[in-house]
Parts: sequence; structure tokens; C-alpha cells
Amino acid sequence: MKSIKELEEIRKRALESVNLRKDSKGTRVVVGMGTCGIAAGARPVLLAFLEEAQKRNLKDIVITQTGCIGVCRLEPMVEVYMPGEEKVTYVKMTPEKVKRIVAEHIVNGHVVTEYTIGAVEK
Amino acid sequence: MELYRAHVLICGGTGCTSSGSTNVLETFTKELEKNGIQNEVKLVRTGCFGLCEEGPVVIVYPEGAFYSRVKVEDVPEIVTEHLLKGRIVKRLLYHDSVSHDETIKSLNEVGFYKKQMRIALRNCGVIDPENIDEYIAYDGYKALAKVLTEMTPEQVIETLKASGLRGRGGAGFPTGLKWEFARNAKGDKKYVCCNADEGDPGAFMDRSILEGDPHAVLEAMAIAGYTIGADQGYIYVRAEYPIAIKRLSIAIQQAKEYGLLGKDIFGTGFNFDISLRLGAGAFVCGEETALMASIEGKRGEPRPRPPFPANKGVFSQPTLLNNVETYANIPQIILNGAEWFASIGTEKSKGTKVFALGGKINNTGLVEIPMGTTLREIVYDIGGGIPGGKKFKAAQTGGPSGGCIPEAHLDTPIDYDSLTQIGSMMGSGGLIVMDEDNCMVDIARFFLDFTVDESCGKCPPCRIGTKRMLEILDRITSGKGEEGDIEKLETLAKNIKASALCGLGQTAPNPVLSTLRYFRDEYEAHIREKRCPAGVCQALLSYVILAEKCKGCGLCAKECPVGAISGERKNPHVIDKSKCIKCGACMEKCPFHAIEKR
Repeated sequence: MKSIKELEEIRKRALESVNLRKDSKGTRVVVGMGTCGIAAGARPVLLAFLEEAQKRNLKDIVITQTGCIGVCRLEPMVEVYMPGEEKVTYVKMTPEKVKRIVAEHIVNGHVVTEYTIGAVEK
Repeated sequence: MELYRAHVLICGGTGCTSSGSTNVLETFTKELEKNGIQNEVKLVRTGCFGLCEEGPVVIVYPEGAFYSRVKVEDVPEIVTEHLLKGRIVKRLLYHDSVSHDETIKSLNEVGFYKKQMRIALRNCGVIDPENIDEYIAYDGYKALAKVLTEMTPEQVIETLKASGLRGRGGAGFPTGLKWEFARNAKGDKKYVCCNADEGDPGAFMDRSILEGDPHAVLEAMAIAGYTIGADQGYIYVRAEYPIAIKRLSIAIQQAKEYGLLGKDIFGTGFNFDISLRLGAGAFVCGEETALMASIEGKRGEPRPRPPFPANKGVFSQPTLLNNVETYANIPQIILNGAEWFASIGTEKSKGTKVFALGGKINNTGLVEIPMGTTLREIVYDIGGGIPGGKKFKAAQTGGPSGGCIPEAHLDTPIDYDSLTQIGSMMGSGGLIVMDEDNCMVDIARFFLDFTVDESCGKCPPCRIGTKRMLEILDRITSGKGEEGDIEKLETLAKNIKASALCGLGQTAPNPVLSTLRYFRDEYEAHIREKRCPAGVCQALLSYVILAEKCKGCGLCAKECPVGAISGERKNPHVIDKSKCIKCGACMEKCPFHAIEKR
């Protein structure tokens, strides 16, 4: 170790690997993974989120799963919680939709309205 | 850097390892692979979470679900339900971590953790101790960087003095002052040593820190090296701590690879190296001069002081010796400032203290509390009270050098001075709780038996004096006590305290003196009435069958290994006292509770 800068770099890199264990104030992506969700294909959706987050080197994001959200016919469902914003619920998710949601909503802050529960249910 | 969606933290401290956490970890590995989620879920083996009683402990993030007493059979359910489907397995959660409305409380809300404040244990149960990156993520080695680049040795000493930190090994000497002595001492080469020869029965604070956060100790030792002008450190650790030794070795190796130990650290020209020295199990080697003799490869025996280690320590060079827990506090004091540390605790005792809770208590484990917390809060709020609704009798602190605190002093704030005042001592942090079933004479005898065993034999007061005291106690507990025994004990105790060579001998009589102070009546009952009020001392006990309760079933007679019980079927039986060996087997067997211990 020749400099403090070097230490700081390791710290930043390592921080992401332990972020999950801290009380997070960042973005939370919750994938519904009850039996209904899994049957409808929630696992590829979850993996797609992980892959996208990693590819884009997103910081302060938690990707997790929950049980059945209740509207089984619209599974796979995903809830996105951004700090200071209302929860957004996306339905009938696919790995392709994930890419757009990560790019437009999570990175740039524009909700992909056409995938939300409100749009699909109309 | 891999991104995981869940972290499974499995306690790898000695407590949980002995309750089976290694098998649990292996089963998790297998189950994750079976379900194909090994790349999404990270398994981390951490240090001690503190709640050893409920081990093996497993915590799953991001939910923070606290699973306790996890068995290998439970693992598939946690993996398929929680990790795969996101449904927390409520039945396996630690009971106190679930609120009335069935939501999961955060760890800080759980009764066991609520009143705790973790400084020395801050990373235990949080990071993987075998991964230096995780320590760095939690601001590890930042204090060393700050000290090497921004602070003079004098500033470090001033900071420690202002923080009010006192030695956590038991005696409570001001740490800043100790560092100053070592800095001012003249010598060609100086040494920094760490006392990890934790030997008090029931104490495991230092072990848990070494197992859960070894880098904190290494970092603090390097800071000490810079401050006093040393380039070599030794950690003296007992060979009975295999997990701690393994993790320390890994930590030293990783720190060397990163250049955080070795030559020219942070490009400042400061060199520092650390080596391990293993103790062979002698209690006396926890005494500083004996410890240093042992590091040099000599027989572990104490020598008179002065000269003090600060002037003449390892290899007759100036040496700084601190305890593990003391070191673990130092990086935090450097980073957060002396005022922060001094704002915690009482007037003369600052910061926190780690205690190993043991004995008759529900939550056996490791706790860290701000100084000034009362014993009542530790025993009842954090420790969860005494099992079986029994009555609190006393708490023993300071191990074989300490004393006991009776119920009347439950509300004493815990700090160095108030504990000394009531005849006990802070000690290194063992805290053994005793209930109404413990005989205080027997407890004193137990500790004295320990010190007699561990006395190195160099000085007569300790070698001969403690032996004589033990003989008197043996006599009292076997029903052969005489009038005048108590006075003899008191005289011997006074003389040994005044004349023994080292701390071991000087404090050895303490358990006897403090039990005499608070439980003299128990000694008197043993001597005058030949009776053990708590029903512990076998020689003073007798088992009797209550004729009015006995149904004459004969189970006790069948159980008795020496054939001491006889009687007609369906008629009350009797115990032949001359044959009875007082094993208690009959009492356990009796379905009618007709057998009593007197």
C-alpha cells in the first residue's frame, strides 16, 4: 500500500459488496416470487435485474424478492422503490422489459408507464 | 465485484462453531447449488454475533432476518422458502426478533441488542474476518492512514489521553499515559505487544474480537508502533484458541500482501511487522512480565517491577503491552475523535466494556455496554434474566482475581471505580451469574482451586499461602470446618495480598474476601451447623424420603447404584445414610417428588 488513495479505492470497491448489510436508503427492487411468480417466470426477471445492475455498476441498489403480491394473473410482478418517490409496480415482466426499466426508470428516473399495473389494467 | 441479491451471514465464532455452524454452512453451500442460486446469494462466515445461547445464528440480508438455533435440517427450508421464494421462515426466527404484529424488528430493536453499544465489537458478526476488503469497507485501516499522514506521535498520545480510554485487561491503567511512557523510554529497539492470553474461567471477549475482527487489533498495533517508535509487534495468544489463531494468521498475511504491514506503509517510510507467539496454557502468562518472558522463549514466570515493561520489557527493550479489547477501541477513537469517546460512559470510566455473560442466565453470550450501565440492566434486560424463575444471588466479575456482587448492589453503575468500591473489580470482562442454587463457599473454593493450580510457584505467599487457604475451604465444604477458620482465612488473605510477587497472587484471595463480605452467614452455616444452605456441598447433604409422599413404587431402589434404598412394595422406602453416596439418581427418578435434599 503506497498511498491513501489506494486504500480509498479498495474501500469504495469493497463497500458495494457489503452494502446489502446496511440500512439502505437507495433503490429497492422487489421481485414477487411466490409459486405464482416463479411459475410465470420471475427467476429470469430477477437474474436480469442482477445482471443489468452489475453491468451498469449501479451503486446503492438492493435487489430482493418477496412472496405473492396478490395479483397472480399479472405475474411476474416487480415493485421499484426509489428514494423520495412513490412505489411503482410493474407487471407481466420479462427480461427484455427489465433492461428498459433499469435504463429509463432506475438510471434516468423516468417511469416506464406502459409496463405499470395502472396501464395494463386499463 | 460480484453483485449479490442476498447475503447469508453465518456465525463462525467458537460458540456457534461448537453448536454446529460449520455443518450449517456446508449445507447452505450444497442447497444453494442444488437450487442453482449460488451466484445470487453470498455466504459469509462472520465472527461472534454475541447471542451464543441461541446459536448457530444465521442472519439473512437485505431483510435482516435473524434465524437462531439453526439445524442442518432447517437449511433446505430456509433456502427454498426464504432465498428462493422470499418467504421468511417465521418459525425459525429468534423469538424476540418478531414483533407482536409479526413484522421483523431490526437487530437494534431486539432486547438483547437494544441497550448495547458496539465499539470494540462493531465488526463482529458483520464482516467476514477472513476478508481484508470487508474490513476496509467498514473504514478499516483509515485510522492508520490518518495517523501516519496527519498526526504526530504526540498528537496520538494526546488524543488517547483526552479520550479517557483505560486498559481493558482489568487493571484500568490510562492507555494514553502508558503509550507516553513507552514513547519517552530510551532504547535502540522497541516492541509493541498484545496480550491475548485470556485465561479467566468464563471469559471469551478477546477471543471473539480476534475471531470476528482481527484486523482492528493489527491496525491499532501499527498505530502504537508509529507512536512509540517500534517496528515489531508480537501478539501473545493462547494455543487453546485455534480459530482466533487461524484468522489472525490470515489477517496478518493479507495485511502484508496489501502493504498495510511491512516496509514503507502508505509511502511514509514507516515499517511495522507483527508475529504471533502462542501460549502453552499457563494462566500466569497473562501477567505482563511472565508474558514477556514467555515471548522471549523463557519459562513463563513473573519478575518484580520496577523496572516496568515501558522501560525494560521484551528482550530488555522498552515495550508497550495492551490487551486485545483496548486495541480494538483505538482505530475508532482516532477516526471519531477523543470527544466522541469521552462522551460515552461515566466520569472516570469512558467508552464501553465487553462482557462475557455466563452461568445462570438465559442469554449466555457476549455483550458490549456503555460504562455506567447497571448490573440489573445487564442481567435482566440484556441477559434475559435467570432460567427457571430462580432468584438472583450474585454476579461474579473479574474471574479468579475478582469478587462477587450481591443482589443489594444490582443497581451499581458498572465502571472501574464503583466495582472496586464494592469489593469486586472490572477484570477482563467475565461475568458469571449465580442463583439461589449456588453455594458461595463452594464458588470461592472453585476459584481458589484454580489459582492454586495456576500459581507458578516462584513466590512463597502465592505458592504456599493459597494452598493453605484452599485446604481450609476444603475442610469447611466437607463438614470439618472449625471455629476460627474464617479468621484464619482473613489473615492469610491479607498477608498474601500484601506480599505476593505478581497480580495473580495479589488478587487470588479476592473471591474468598468478597464472599466473606457478603455471604459470611453461609460460611458460618457450614462451620457451625454443618449445613450447606444452597444444597451444593455433598458432604453436608443428605437425601431423605418423605414417608407421606412415597407410594412405595420401588423405582428409586432400582435406580440406586449402591443399594442404599430398601422398603416393602407399596410402603414408604428408606435411605441407608451409611451406604448413600449422594449421587441424586433417586431424586431424579422419583415420579412423586418424595425425595428431598437437605
